[in-house]
Amino acid sequence: MDSLNGTGKIIMAPVRKGKLVELEPVNSSGEIAFDAMLTTQSAKKTTFPRWEKVMEYEQLQKGINPKEVDLDTLPELILFGIRPCDASGFRSLTAIFNWDSADQLYLKKLEKTTIVSFACHTADEYCFCTSVEGGPGNTANSDIQFTRVNDDNFLVEILTEKGQALAASFSGLLSDPAQLPDKMQFLADVPIVFDLKTVTGKATANFEHPTWLQQSYRCIGCGACAYVCPTCACFDIQDEHLIRKGVRLRLWDSCGFSLFTLHTSGHNPREVQSHRWRQRIMHKFSYMPERLNITGCEGCGRCSRACPVDMNIKEHLITIAEL
Amino acid sequence: MNDLKNSVAEMLRNKTINLFIGYGKGTGTRTRALFLTNPEEADKLIFDENCSQNLAVYLLKDEVKSAGKIGFLATNFALRAMMQQASEFQFKDGEIIALHITSEHRLIEFKDFKSIEMHLEQAETGIPAAERADVERIRAMSKQERWDFWMNEFSRCFKCYACRAACPLCYCHRCTTDCNQPQWIPVASHDLGNLNWHLMRAMHLSGRCVNCGDCARACPMDIPLNLLTYCLVDDIQKDFDFVAGMKSNALYALSTFKPDDKEDFIL
Repeated sequence: MDSLNGTGKIIMAPVRKGKLVELEPVNSSGEIAFDAMLTTQSAKKTTFPRWEKVMEYEQLQKGINPKEVDLDTLPELILFGIRPCDASGFRSLTAIFNWDSADQLYLKKLEKTTIVSFACHTADEYCFCTSVEGGPGNTANSDIQFTRVNDDNFLVEILTEKGQALAASFSGLLSDPAQLPDKMQFLADVPIVFDLKTVTGKATANFEHPTWLQQSYRCIGCGACAYVCPTCACFDIQDEHLIRKGVRLRLWDSCGFSLFTLHTSGHNPREVQSHRWRQRIMHKFSYMPERLNITGCEGCGRCSRACPVDMNIKEHLITIAEL
Repeated sequence: MNDLKNSVAEMLRNKTINLFIGYGKGTGTRTRALFLTNPEEADKLIFDENCSQNLAVYLLKDEVKSAGKIGFLATNFALRAMMQQASEFQFKDGEIIALHITSEHRLIEFKDFKSIEMHLEQAETGIPAAERADVERIRAMSKQERWDFWMNEFSRCFKCYACRAACPLCYCHRCTTDCNQPQWIPVASHDLGNLNWHLMRAMHLSGRCVNCGDCARACPMDIPLNLLTYCLVDDIQKDFDFVAGMKSNALYALSTFKPDDKEDFIL
């Protein structure tokens, strides 16, 4: 931690806050909740926060004076102690934020972020990363990955150039033993519960199936699942104006909200919750694979843990696979 | 339990109801709402002290209403919510069958509002003791302490609206917060946006909240929202001598004038 502090970058690590575990800026390793399985929210809040200013403006005598956020003043971050599902989740966000136009705000923030993930030695009944091509030791999109092998030692995998640059700051703590420990034996056991291609195929082929209503009867249409999800990227734009000045904000939005697809005409193509639930699954498991070649789900289970009515996406996906 | 299962299966079989809403086993130790259309499914029903979700929230959900005749398993809080919804003309007498399991494990079937009102008169539906202690702790705070407390709690809010979605009395298809001409409540989850949302929601529930606590249970960020609405429940009872959800034809406290209304808190 001392070495990392010396780099001048802001270190974001999991910290206990009451019943929750959240990514917060830390200065010492004592603050970090190493024993916590997962943070309540995902790591996306560091590059795509729940609200952020995208520009401000001033009304002049003639015209307006718009000012975008200065991307060069964005801080450098180290995400330290996030999980493989978090690191991998950025791939979906990057795909979406690079799709039809490059979202400079998100991309610049990501560029200034070094991801140091910690492999998982525990999992719970909500986790299903292995069913969506992830895993407790998945290194996708991590710059460095730590795997704890005993109380004092970690296996450290330096995976990218960015990782190498950061590792230089603590190279004195690293050693290159003759025989490296076998990473697999220190990882959590996460059984595979469905075949991903089957889920994609079945979901795509069963648009009109009554299962969507059966699954979503209890869904109350809040945004908890979308907000805690590492891959959900939908956002709303709000202007807050006061007399002659204002700001334009970007905020999280959720396809679960009843007004999400409401047209100005009054027509709503997803008027009932079962259509919105169907959309959520289709977006992650059918439309994103088709359009962006990536599954929009990391199997982290946060949606299911946060859901007030116990929707349990893992169960629903198994139901879909068995249609 | 068998009484419940048999009763529900019977009602579904002879089409007294088209849909029954009850509780079933959820993930781990959780329970979840079950929506049964088939008499054979009645076997999945459970009821224990973990079954606390206020199922009255589903009575006004579009896809439930369109199912036809509805029956549901109601805790005392859900019965109160149902009465408040009835006072607000959301359904007619006899449209919904409510089943209730007493603390002595007896099954009661309510087919009309009158029977529910009589039951509620002697039912235990006040603010639970543990939460009462929390409410008193907040009331004992100074204004500044109370402000700091709530602004700190609200700082975690990310406007998922789970509190609104879980509340049986927040059923407006167009919530005030969604109005954008003008945008009364800032959408963003910054300090002002969160404060405005929670205060506005609490105000819209004064005289309507039945203190079931589902708002706090639903919140993924562990904000004790029930304490906010409980304070209002107390205030309304004190100033208007009114408790929501006890009658099916109650008049809204804040918009009903009576000549003998107390005025000592206004003047």
